[in-house]
Amino acid sequence: MIRVFVIILMATGLLATQPASAGPEKDLQAMQDFYQKRFPNVAPEEFANGLYAFDEGARAQWLELEDFPPYEIAVEEGEAYFNTPFANGNSYADCFENNGLSIKQNYPYFDNDTSKVVTLELAINQCREENGEQPLPYLRGELTAISAYMAYTSRGNTINVQVPNDNPKALAAYDAGKQFYYSRRGQLNFSCSSCHVQVVGLSLRADPISTTVGQVTHFPAYRTVWGEIVTLHRRFVECNSQVRARPFESQSDEYRNLEYFLTYMSNGFELNGPSSRR
Amino acid sequence: MGKPIKIRAKMKGDIAEVKALMPHEMEAGFRRDPATNERVPAHYITDVVAQHNGDVVFTAYWGPAVSKNPFVSFSFLGAAVGDTINVHWRDNKGDSSAIEAVFK
Amino acid sequence: MKIDRRFFIRKVMAVGVLLAVPRILFAARPDKAFAATDGDQAMASLFGETPAASDRVVLKIPEIAENGAVVPVTISTDLENVESISVVVANNPTPLAASFALGPRSVANVSVRIKMGESSQVLAIVKADGKLYSASKDVKVTIGGCGG
Repeated sequence: MIRVFVIILMATGLLATQPASAGPEKDLQAMQDFYQKRFPNVAPEEFANGLYAFDEGARAQWLELEDFPPYEIAVEEGEAYFNTPFANGNSYADCFENNGLSIKQNYPYFDNDTSKVVTLELAINQCREENGEQPLPYLRGELTAISAYMAYTSRGNTINVQVPNDNPKALAAYDAGKQFYYSRRGQLNFSCSSCHVQVVGLSLRADPISTTVGQVTHFPAYRTVWGEIVTLHRRFVECNSQVRARPFESQSDEYRNLEYFLTYMSNGFELNGPSSRR
Repeated sequence: MGKPIKIRAKMKGDIAEVKALMPHEMEAGFRRDPATNERVPAHYITDVVAQHNGDVVFTAYWGPAVSKNPFVSFSFLGAAVGDTINVHWRDNKGDSSAIEAVFK
Repeated sequence: MKIDRRFFIRKVMAVGVLLAVPRILFAARPDKAFAATDGDQAMASLFGETPAASDRVVLKIPEIAENGAVVPVTISTDLENVESISVVVANNPTPLAASFALGPRSVANVSVRIKMGESSQVLAIVKADGKLYSASKDVKVTIGGCGG
């Protein structure tokens, strides 16, 4: 009985919130139009600044942090790691286009060989393994620092994630990510969209809610609550935990697809990571 | 040896402005390690000293309530573009770090 | 409303050169004041008296702290001959957060980021020409929902 009830809730939730599947371009347009109507006085590019687009007091404190931001420590460490050659003499620069610099706007992408979404963090570990090195843990530390450095070199570049309309597998991955965003989960029975779309403009306790568009531009992010720089997938883990759902693993197919959808929803925004958040 | 201080030194008219970010845990000593339930011992920067031309131009005494990766900014007169500023810190465990920068 | 965040883009980062630390530099830290568990005790230990409020001390601190772990504070004054600037967070377990010793060439304008365990009065105390002046503000520390 309970199970049926949950399924009905999920179904109604989906019907109420999820726009009809009309392809990525139309999804993006619909999402942008929604927020523009919802916040007519906010310049669209401001959505890249999360809650600081809405809260003047918090914004002033954020700008003070950005004057000499704690994430510069991670960026500098990341640069040193990035430039340290592997045991075989190769380095990260050999694995990536343009020597790994100024390329984050193209991530994540759909890889036709493996039929999976490849994120920047995954590509960093693939690079290590191809060169006979152990992969790094995803949640914190060296890999996050390298990702932060690569994001830093890509600042100001326009996000340009591709979901080719003639590639059914890529579309399926995008749709899976979209499905994830709109699916209720956890004991609180929230979807990502429950907060970030349905009640956007309100606050969760003291925090104004960020918009779906522009949501991923600033990762990896320095969270002052954690006192360290974290990846997008660690944020997904936290979001899922906060609605009392069992989180997925970093770089699981679920989170890779979610990143694919969510980053597509930030297409056209400039990368501004790393940035600091509360 | 503590981690290197990050520093910016800039002349704004006749005012020399120094901003520094010091990678440091600034552990207050109240927290328990979730794994062992042991109290994490306090570990924080206690003193910061800045020198210009052999003069001490700024001293900071800190307790554990200064934020992790401390930031400080201060200003003084009597410096010029090209002069150097030294900033040093030490902490309650005897670690220390020092850096030198040139005013721009 | 819009602030051009390009300002932050690709800023030149490190400009420093590492040095050895000459230990002799460090003068006497007021350890007793830092150990005090109440604001008045800390000030009594530092100054021997409680400072009087003065509008010549400017304390810049957010009314609502975005995160108690990192609260930006700036203290400045137009008083002459400033000897020290101190920050006291009344409700912190050890209220004295920082004390800055200034010299004859100092400009009395100091910024630091502090931790606040809970909502509290925050005091800035300036000692100039042997006299004490203070400013205070009540700062609310909020409980975040998700943060981001």
